[in-house]
Amino acid sequence: MKDSFKHGVHPPENKEETNKLPIRQFSFAPLIILPMQQHIGAPSKIIVREGQEVARGQVLAAADGYMSVPMHSPVSGTIRKISKVPVISGQMTEGIFLESFHSSGQEVSEGSPISVDASPEQILKGIQDAGIVGLGGAAFPTHVKLKIPDGKSCEFLVINGIECEPYLTTDHRVMLEQADDIFMGIRYLLKCTGAKEVIIGIEANKQDAADLLTQKIPAGMPVTVKVVPVKYPQGAEKMLITSLLGKEVPSGGLPIDVHAVVVNVATTAEIGRLLPHGQGIQERVITISGPGVKKKGNYLIPIGTPLRYVLEQVGAADNISEVYMGGPMMGVAVSNLDISITKGTSGIIVFGEQDINKTDKIFPCIKCGACVGACPISLNPSKLGILAKAEAYETMADDFHLMDCFECGSCSFVCPSNIPLVQYFRLSKSILRKRKTAKPAAVNV
Amino acid sequence: MFSKTLHISTSPHIRKGVSTDTIMQNVVWAMMPVLIFAVFSFGINALLVIVTAVVSSVLTEHVLCKWSNKESTISDWSAVITGILLGLTLPPIFPLWMTFLGGVFSVAIGKFVFGGLGYNLFNPALVGRAFLQAAFPVAITTWQSAFLEGRFFSISSSVLAFPFAEPKVDSISGATPLSAFKFDHVMTDSSDLALGLISGSTGETSAVIIILGGIYLIARKMMNWRIPVSILSTVFVLSGILYLIDDTIYPSPLFMLFSGGLMLGAVFMATDMVGSPITPLGVVIYGFFIGLLVVVIRVWGGLPEGVMYAILLGNALTPQIDNFIRPRVYGTKKTKS
Repeated sequence: MKDSFKHGVHPPENKEETNKLPIRQFSFAPLIILPMQQHIGAPSKIIVREGQEVARGQVLAAADGYMSVPMHSPVSGTIRKISKVPVISGQMTEGIFLESFHSSGQEVSEGSPISVDASPEQILKGIQDAGIVGLGGAAFPTHVKLKIPDGKSCEFLVINGIECEPYLTTDHRVMLEQADDIFMGIRYLLKCTGAKEVIIGIEANKQDAADLLTQKIPAGMPVTVKVVPVKYPQGAEKMLITSLLGKEVPSGGLPIDVHAVVVNVATTAEIGRLLPHGQGIQERVITISGPGVKKKGNYLIPIGTPLRYVLEQVGAADNISEVYMGGPMMGVAVSNLDISITKGTSGIIVFGEQDINKTDKIFPCIKCGACVGACPISLNPSKLGILAKAEAYETMADDFHLMDCFECGSCSFVCPSNIPLVQYFRLSKSILRKRKTAKPAAVNV
Repeated sequence: MFSKTLHISTSPHIRKGVSTDTIMQNVVWAMMPVLIFAVFSFGINALLVIVTAVVSSVLTEHVLCKWSNKESTISDWSAVITGILLGLTLPPIFPLWMTFLGGVFSVAIGKFVFGGLGYNLFNPALVGRAFLQAAFPVAITTWQSAFLEGRFFSISSSVLAFPFAEPKVDSISGATPLSAFKFDHVMTDSSDLALGLISGSTGETSAVIIILGGIYLIARKMMNWRIPVSILSTVFVLSGILYLIDDTIYPSPLFMLFSGGLMLGAVFMATDMVGSPITPLGVVIYGFFIGLLVVVIRVWGGLPEGVMYAILLGNALTPQIDNFIRPRVYGTKKTKS
């Protein structure tokens, strides 16, 4: 069995500036702004009113249906306003302005604990009630992911501690500092998925974390820690399954089709930390790094903390010109500093004006094949790019597997002609999705 | 605080940092030793031919861009490569006006009419050379002997011939090893071939220097090593088999490897990214096809040399190779074609 997936790229890691820094509690911002759409699915439904005083950990918004999660108060304070708030996509969404109490003890209120001996259904409900979503960045509701569809079975529980994005070191620090929470989380996950075997996948640049977790495996727990080569996008679910299990997830399928469920390591730790106390997510670990900030580090930041406040606290230079939420490979560039930290924010990477050294000159595709040698799922991005320019979206999907692309960006990263390939593919996919849902009369838009 | 307008872009926000113009420049650097050796062995005539080819290619590219109201693309260096390659494939005493015409033809017909860099089907320099071969069959097979005395100071009258005047055949001409073999069955020593102590086109004579340029580009990951390896090993194996069958009729495989334009073509022309397939397997098939044609044309064809046509036909086959050779996509059972 090969020990890794095919192709991939090696961007500079840039992790050494933060991977030795312990997780530190971030200060509470005077005003917290909580958007209700922080996850994939239906926005949370606000159940508090303006002027109401709330305690830290109290539920402020309930899950709106199965494909949704509740939202807990990250601080004790007063609800100042309920109105539209900006989010990273540039849109406005329903949200809560919460003024935090100055110098309060910020004690966390507890709910009803969920025991590891509870039934799988109770555990899944507990995970949803805790507001837990994929903390790796996707923010997909975890209880939905963990629900094994009828007729399928889960053999392998894969804990994703890869963190292949440059700069990010949150999962690394969580593994070093929250090992007990991780194993507690694994107990819950084993129970609710019925998995027989647990594999913790860690990239070779985090050998210390692998050693520590191997040492701490509780007696009798079917866990192995596997170290895999450093290669982007090793942390993508499908790639990790191939590297660890030697299997391929079928095109259009899910990990459960090869009897596996993949959960991010920080999400696992959060389950292990919150469920025994019946609490919900109020904060998360975020790496703040990049040449544009002075106090780089891994911080435990309350959800809803405004980005502007975060940047002021970490001594970001006045002339910052690029800020990304997430890592530099798949993260999103920020256009407005008035957005806040959400459950999916894994990193904040800041570049000053002088650090930007980009040539935006786009050359024609010279068919060098670099993208073909980079694509982890063996697509032909060169051909797809040419087809996208010709607006041949159906051909892209039908003959060249466009829909299998998970937008890791490896093709754009290597392209010597600076062609924004992955952006072409994102647009092509969304156009195709729109055409599919459009009524027959409106097909030729 | 934070007074600047934020710059936004789509992910990925970092790039590997090798750009197309850097690759092109490196190809030019890799060809420099070949060019210098060409001038060293054939003197000022070769220099004039190469410089003329480069000037006419770059000028044509610039003028055509301006004419079609586009930004000039000469800064991507690809026209320089075309010019150098064309110059390297011509005889050292090739008339300059014909050379100039070849440069114009290479860029205009070989590249521009297809849509410019990246869209051309064929290697532009070879398109230009094919045109010259058809238009001026005598001039393009009139060779200068290597290492003539006074080669750095005297310009051949043939080089300076007036347009459309019948060029005089110069007294300094000599036969290439391939034509000597084809027409007179004279075999040249293979160490002379490897080192370039022979007559031929300006840049094709020293296999060793060409190989060094190729190794440089392969080491910098700017050339697909599979292409020259596949072409050369095909030629070696096929001609080896023929040589074993009857060594009185067929040339030795080493002679085949080191003579004519094979090395120059395999290293610097067949490897043109635009005209070669995009997948590793596709490239090997492409190389085999070119190697096969080289042997067939040289051994059974009417011409002593077949590298140019072999590569042009390989270029023509490339879109079909890319169409049929598709790597299996992750999570799918079979190649869908």
